[in-house]
Amino acid sequence: MCVAAPMRLVSVEGEVGQAELGGVTRKVSLALLPDAAIGDYVLVHAGFAIGKVDEEEARLTLEAIDAISDKREASGGTDDGPGA
Amino acid sequence: MGHGAGGALTEEIVRIARAAFSSRYLDAALDSAVLPPTEGRVAFTTDSYVVRPLFFPGGDIGRIAVCGTVNDLAVVGARPRFVSCGLILEEGLSFDSLERVLASMAEAAREAGVEIVTGDTKVVEKGHGDGLYVNTAGIGSVPPGLDLSGSGIEGGDAIIVSGTLGDHAMTVMSLRESLGFESSLRSDAAPLNGLVAALLESGARVRFMRDLTRGGLAAGLHELADLLGASLEIDEDALPARSEVLALSDILGIDVLSMANEGKIVAVVASGDEERALEAMRGHRYGRDAAIVGRVVAAPSLCPRAGGAERAGPRPGADIGAARVRMRTSSGGVRIVARPSGEKLPRIC
Amino acid sequence: MAPAHEAFRDKELLRRLLGSIAEEASRLGPVRLMHVCGTHERSVGRFGLRSLLPRNVRIVAGPGCPVCVCPASDIRAARKLALRPNAMLASFGDMLAVPAPGGSLLDARAEGAEVRVVYSAYDALALARENPGKEVVFFSVGFETTTATTAAVLSSLGQGAKAGTAPHNFSLISSNRVVPPALEALLSPRRGATDEAPAIPAVDGLVLPGHVSVIIGTEPYRPLAERLGIPCAISGFEPVDLARGILDLLKQIGSGRAQVSNVYTRAVLPGGNERARALISEVYDTADATWRGIGRLAGTGLVPKPAYRSFDALAKFEVGTEVGSDDEATGCLCAAVMLGTAESEDCPLFGGPCRPESPAGPCMVSDEGTCRIRYEYGGAR
Repeated sequence: MCVAAPMRLVSVEGEVGQAELGGVTRKVSLALLPDAAIGDYVLVHAGFAIGKVDEEEARLTLEAIDAISDKREASGGTDDGPGA
Repeated sequence: MGHGAGGALTEEIVRIARAAFSSRYLDAALDSAVLPPTEGRVAFTTDSYVVRPLFFPGGDIGRIAVCGTVNDLAVVGARPRFVSCGLILEEGLSFDSLERVLASMAEAAREAGVEIVTGDTKVVEKGHGDGLYVNTAGIGSVPPGLDLSGSGIEGGDAIIVSGTLGDHAMTVMSLRESLGFESSLRSDAAPLNGLVAALLESGARVRFMRDLTRGGLAAGLHELADLLGASLEIDEDALPARSEVLALSDILGIDVLSMANEGKIVAVVASGDEERALEAMRGHRYGRDAAIVGRVVAAPSLCPRAGGAERAGPRPGADIGAARVRMRTSSGGVRIVARPSGEKLPRIC
Repeated sequence: MAPAHEAFRDKELLRRLLGSIAEEASRLGPVRLMHVCGTHERSVGRFGLRSLLPRNVRIVAGPGCPVCVCPASDIRAARKLALRPNAMLASFGDMLAVPAPGGSLLDARAEGAEVRVVYSAYDALALARENPGKEVVFFSVGFETTTATTAAVLSSLGQGAKAGTAPHNFSLISSNRVVPPALEALLSPRRGATDEAPAIPAVDGLVLPGHVSVIIGTEPYRPLAERLGIPCAISGFEPVDLARGILDLLKQIGSGRAQVSNVYTRAVLPGGNERARALISEVYDTADATWRGIGRLAGTGLVPKPAYRSFDALAKFEVGTEVGSDDEATGCLCAAVMLGTAESEDCPLFGGPCRPESPAGPCMVSDEGTCRIRYEYGGAR
């Protein structure tokens, strides 16, 4: 059961937080992410936050995709690797 | 509320119902309501309502019971006129809850312009009946010459929905406590006969309509495909849906297409008449978010009913392109739209 | 959804990645990639991704459904415990309708057992606290993503037990499974050479499960690349994520490399979730375990450690591994579907007698089951 949606933490009280996505909020356990903070994006699975989504890393990833595709379109040549 | 059949308890319930519905037919207290003759063909429908919980944001079992029957009449082109109300109450249901439900039914009936003219109540022992079950039946009149059976559907005809999908299902789902969700979602329960009248009066050639309830848009599309042997393609990017519904769809893994609604219709409108239809619908309070969601792809066969032992799933090795109801996804790919099956959300309406 | 998340569904970005995929694929012969996560199959199906790939690139579903691989013996044990007087079985909803020789959990409910659906281990524990007169047994099923959540609950119970505050009426059946050693065993050429042990036929690349990897990191998959020489790409679940994973695998194949790429860097750290891994190893020992339709795989099961034995339902109630029939419904191809040796559409029962409302096997019951997902979204191109 891998289903996990990225939600934003809007409140933290000890080991429990409230996470929000699209206007829906739900209670989540932070037992697996003790250092999660308000404003973090977390992946929620079975009522637990299991990991953080690194927004900066997401941005870099998207830029890397953009760069590969642009480069390909420009030069018509081979790609570099997809990046880390 | 105690157990009883006939006697003081039933009399009390009937008294409350009569007060709530104020109908001279009810007040006449005959065994049957004797109604005036009606012009045109008589449309007649019935539905039972078992939703749990009884009360939810945007409505309650009473509202959906009246609106559901009104809407089933409206989508066959009938002007809804008279409704019956059958109640099965569980011993222990509070009078307050009953009064709230009946008031809700009365209000929905007023809004729809129908009269609740006859009814029945039974009380069952505690442990059966989960509070309250409601049955409504309704009569309406269909003007001559109006044909919404789908005959005349052609390739290219537009598939239109009257507004956002999944509001009712996700509202009720959010209340199933164990999920622990909160949102500002409300059920879309509403009488749509006014909206349908506006659509029909717009001059747009409307071929077919369905009230979208359990099984959502997917069920409505399959009914159309089955009825006419048509194949349909819808566009995921065109589906109107609130952000909360989309979020819950992602979080819970439930397809928006299969979510129940209580105040939405799907209509097939002749190609060329789409804008006229949309303008009429969007001008109505219950059609503000009306949108074209797809097209009829293949001209339907002339056989009126596909029927038979057709397998519900894709045939082994079948191309998605051969599926009756398909969707172009937000990724630009294509997938089938399956018949909704089983009940992920029991007691939804 | 935050802007960044929407972007991973962006049609234009996807289109460009698909262009790169087409270019890489044009240099290769037929390519058979496998994913091992029901949620990946659901993403592929829901977004119609197979219809967008070049003809020579196939994605096959592997054993990605923990409900589907839960052996009949565990279901028998759950039924037995559920039917005890004063018992309450708490289970994920998926498990209820799974057909098994001897009956399903739904059948047990019809026979008078109290079976309740829960969405997390926490809910199951809450049931125990709310029902002190009942023995609540949690039927714990899942891969590492879910295992971490159960471990968190068990760990807090362990602390509670020391403080004397843990409920005495809560225990669980541990049917969780560990993915990497299962893949190693099933993809090992030695296994494939033996007729008797079901195996996964050779694949050209593996799409690895993004959320399992959020927990376990990248290291546990190394033997797949280094020992078995299989290119691997840890991928997320949005269309852009899957496309990047596929592109990475095609590049590895094209250049003769085999490594474990992390293509889900915004969520997967090389070390995974250290707290989650610590909780899992605090609470569980690995053990050999049976995978339904596949057989016994070493080191793929999890058993509560001695310190947590009081929460192990099989130990607490002395329920042994129930001997009984493991026969599946005639014609059910679930095991073959899970190993990628058959497609759902090849199964004679699929779409006819076997549908979500009348499932012949677990693959049609579970939200993560390949047949269920194919039924909902279509599968063949």
